[in-house]
Amino acid sequence: MKSDQLILNNPQSSPADLAKSKKKKMNAKMMAYYLMVIPAALLFFAFHTFPAIQGIYYSFTNWNGINLDYDFVGFKNYINLFKDTAVRDSYLFTFKFAIFAGVLVNIISLAVAIGLNAKIKGRNFFRAVYFLPNILSVLIVGFIFNFVFTSIIPNLGEKYQIEFLTENILGNANLAWIGILIVFIWQSCAFNVILYLSGLQTVPTELYEASGLDGANRWQQFWKITFPVIAPFFTINMVLAMKNALMVFDQIVAMTGGGPGTVTTSISYLIYTGGLAGGEFAFQSANGVIYFIVIVAISVFQLKVLQKREMDM
Amino acid sequence: MRERTNWPVTIFIALGSVAILIPLYISISIALKNPQELAESALSLPLNFHWENFTKAIEVTNFFNAFKNSSIITIFTLVFTLLTNSLVAYGIARNMHRKLFRNLYYYFVSALFIPFPIIMLPIVKQTSALGLNNTAGLILLYVVYGMAMNIFIYVGYIRSIPIELEEAAIVDGCSTWGVFWKVIFPLLTPINATVGILTCLWAWNDFLLPLVILSDSAAATLPLVQYVFQTEFGADYNLAFASYLMAMAPMVIVYLFAQKWIIGGVVKGAIK
Repeated sequence: MKSDQLILNNPQSSPADLAKSKKKKMNAKMMAYYLMVIPAALLFFAFHTFPAIQGIYYSFTNWNGINLDYDFVGFKNYINLFKDTAVRDSYLFTFKFAIFAGVLVNIISLAVAIGLNAKIKGRNFFRAVYFLPNILSVLIVGFIFNFVFTSIIPNLGEKYQIEFLTENILGNANLAWIGILIVFIWQSCAFNVILYLSGLQTVPTELYEASGLDGANRWQQFWKITFPVIAPFFTINMVLAMKNALMVFDQIVAMTGGGPGTVTTSISYLIYTGGLAGGEFAFQSANGVIYFIVIVAISVFQLKVLQKREMDM
Repeated sequence: MRERTNWPVTIFIALGSVAILIPLYISISIALKNPQELAESALSLPLNFHWENFTKAIEVTNFFNAFKNSSIITIFTLVFTLLTNSLVAYGIARNMHRKLFRNLYYYFVSALFIPFPIIMLPIVKQTSALGLNNTAGLILLYVVYGMAMNIFIYVGYIRSIPIELEEAAIVDGCSTWGVFWKVIFPLLTPINATVGILTCLWAWNDFLLPLVILSDSAAATLPLVQYVFQTEFGADYNLAFASYLMAMAPMVIVYLFAQKWIIGGVVKGAIK
């Protein structure tokens, strides 16, 4: 207001007034920036950070999610988490699953990507086919494979007298996780193949020609030329594949419901079933907090280790 | 490098793509058969097309209602995400030298590390207390949760746009808002495509968030309907697969036409 009046009263603005009006323009500009950012930050806090804090808060209570009153119980939920066999089993299953998934998805994706990058017929067609699973609903793909494992493969096994195919692996406590792993790989490779392919296209072809003249074989070319260039893609793909595998949920719902028994109950599936239907709201909130710490620790660890490798190469 | 076609690799790639296509072929084949034909063989080519599986599935699952729900959620999420997330990212990108904005950037992006299950239980209580356990609430959550990833994508892109372009517009009397809508937003088209594709795929296919948030079954999305009707399908797999196909069809059709575009967009989102 004040600078407005000054300018109005004094048509021949002094340099000081000009500076003030410029400052006012700056303020209006900053105001616009604040208006762009602050409401979004508040919404994000209200619907993302606040529930996360609430989760931490409830993890120190004994709330079952339904009753009106609850008590604080300190670290009791956390202590019980480490004693609970269902929780322990879910972590063991999820880690086993994530390690196999991370490694296999990356090996298969890289192999397919190298194939797609070679001189092949119909490359664009095949590229489109390999990416197709990425656009499909994870849940529905799970339902489709559920039928493949429970009915189609056993029927084929019986028809052609192939003993090991006659069993429904989703009903076998020792093999059910492999069924889920296959679906996960089938769908996750789509994204990783395309990412590796875009990495491979950044490898300069002259390097291959030069090393070919030097007598390097294919294997040496891969480890000395290709892999160092695509190492950053390896990092992204490994972190993403492991993170998605640690969060596995839809496939479990569609294929096993956590069974047979509880052998394929992943951490997120346990938090969902125990916390929302099982009356373990507070207990599973504590589980969620530990799960969060585990995911952050693994992601940071992977980024550190893999990035160090990248620099060493 | 030899320019000749590498046949062994072509065969390897072709075999791999069969592994991708077989489950989809099976789905189509089952959806077109009747129970007797399915009992004989699931893999054989469907000879008589039993389109009534589809009409029955439409009736049983109230397909058009779920289709409408999924479409509304996806379209509104898409529009609001593109308009708001880009604006927030612009505000941050042009002020990264200021502590508040830089911290907000890290605040949004660090949320990428927070797994949904830690939020899941409280957000269910929160949305139902606020009356947001419906389509509108779901759209709001998609737009808000999407910010973590989208701000990361947008900020990187906006910072590569030369600031001189904006200064020219300011000299012409544009306000900061005008600069964004008239100068910056049109320049964001390639990255808007990326964010838009990722957002559509997420909102259309997501299962967990509708599962925990939506309380009214009439608001159910397409994936949720497949889950809810799983018991109703019972042993009628022909019906179930017809329903699965119809739920996946819209995205597949879009993909058939915009395949190059979609792949390019997704890659750009990942490597920025």
